[in-house]
Amino acid sequence: MPEAAVVRASSLVLAHTPGLARHGSKPIRTLPASAELTSRFLNSLRGFDDAVGYPPHQAFLGACHPRELPGRPWIGTGWAGGQRFAPFGELMPEEEFLGLMAAVDEFDLLVLAPEVAERAAKRLASHPLSARLNLGRIAAATGDVTAALATGALPIHLAPDTVVAALQAAHAEDESLTAHVLLENLACKATGTLALLHLLHDHNVDPAGIGYTISCSEEAVGDRYQRGGGNMGKAIASAAGLADSSGADVKNFCAAPIPALVIAASLVVAGVFEQVVVVAGGSQPKLGMKFEGHLRHGLPVLEDVIGGVAVLITADDGVSPRIRLDAVGRHRVSSGGAGAQILHDLTVRPLEAIGARMLDVDDYATELHNPEITEPQGSGDVAARNYRTIAALAARRGEIGREGVKEFVAERGMPGYAPTQGHLASAVCYLPHALHRLTAGDADRVLLLAKGSLFLGRMSQQSDGMSVLLERNGG
Amino acid sequence: MFNGKQIIVIGERDGVAGPAIATCVQAAGASVAYVATECFV
Repeated sequence: MPEAAVVRASSLVLAHTPGLARHGSKPIRTLPASAELTSRFLNSLRGFDDAVGYPPHQAFLGACHPRELPGRPWIGTGWAGGQRFAPFGELMPEEEFLGLMAAVDEFDLLVLAPEVAERAAKRLASHPLSARLNLGRIAAATGDVTAALATGALPIHLAPDTVVAALQAAHAEDESLTAHVLLENLACKATGTLALLHLLHDHNVDPAGIGYTISCSEEAVGDRYQRGGGNMGKAIASAAGLADSSGADVKNFCAAPIPALVIAASLVVAGVFEQVVVVAGGSQPKLGMKFEGHLRHGLPVLEDVIGGVAVLITADDGVSPRIRLDAVGRHRVSSGGAGAQILHDLTVRPLEAIGARMLDVDDYATELHNPEITEPQGSGDVAARNYRTIAALAARRGEIGREGVKEFVAERGMPGYAPTQGHLASAVCYLPHALHRLTAGDADRVLLLAKGSLFLGRMSQQSDGMSVLLERNGG
Repeated sequence: MFNGKQIIVIGERDGVAGPAIATCVQAAGASVAYVATECFV
């Protein structure tokens, strides 16, 4: 059995979906009450070029390190030379994304207007991943949108306000199979599949070698007898052509990617599977989540992208960063819910377990939500809040003086730059950057840490969290 | 301090959790009508 597992490769994607933003959980509850607000919302949706040129998106996709971002404001500044395709993946335009959803729709849920299906199929046919996509399904999805809507299907728009498709419920009575739920799940499957296909294509990975696929997506796939039954992992593995893979889902609110990575590495080290993929599609319900704050401050609707991530975990290859399974932090039941205590469990304790200091970690990747999205709605700067607490822990341990907090944050932290796609913003979005820093760069250790708000599900007052240390491979 | 008062408690994930606030205000004489912790990201 291998002595260690490594992160061999990872990918990140975004899909620009302003037309789907109206179906986000917040807009769908708020907009119907006000025609004026709806009009302002629709008039505040961003175009594709603005989304591509948004500096945090370019940092997310690897055009620069987050610490290389210019000072805020980022909105309206643009990113010189920003491209759709970037080192970690791509930002897909929404018409193609509708085609991609049709391509991964195995139950004929999505009906596309003929002209949209034709354009999407044509553009996806020239996409670098086209050979891995089932483009025939796009043509098969062509149909009478008006007729579908007359039966109660959910209208799907191209921004700002053109109905071009309809998503049908899969069952007349099952609340787990309504059109809204299926839209969430299909968008999640599509973004996860896109990320996984980029992982395979961009890193020359043989899909036949992958034995298991773990999804850490946020959405719940199931029916009325087993809401959240799963299994998005296998659904994405199948869509991406991983013929020898099985899969399962790891759920833990926004923290899920970290336990998924730890479980994947454990399976590899235990010799159960040689290669495991961790994958997550994005969260459609979080589109437009804070739009009221954005409109109040004269900003566009900034939550207009759905993300995706894929990670390949393998046995030690002597090159790729190692996953230190002896330095896994976990928030214990007995630890309490105070923020500082959670971060103590996730930073101090795993480092103490291997005799390391907090100053031995070059980069701390925590919740990296873009503050330009969160601050206008009063949620503050989440990343900065985390880094101040982590630095305070280092000061409490005597590793730095109180005057060293600012330097600690500047050198080992970074500005939040991720869209508010909870699980993706929670450390895992930094993984491709970490791989670069731990191989071509000058970092030796990166700590990934994430927190999950379990209390939101009303089954426990507990929070949760997990962290894992990545280390440069000494060969 | 809060004798006879009914309190609605909303805790915040990165700050102080709802149950912790509820314990404090109850110790100060309040009756807690509702308690929750919310996540604003």
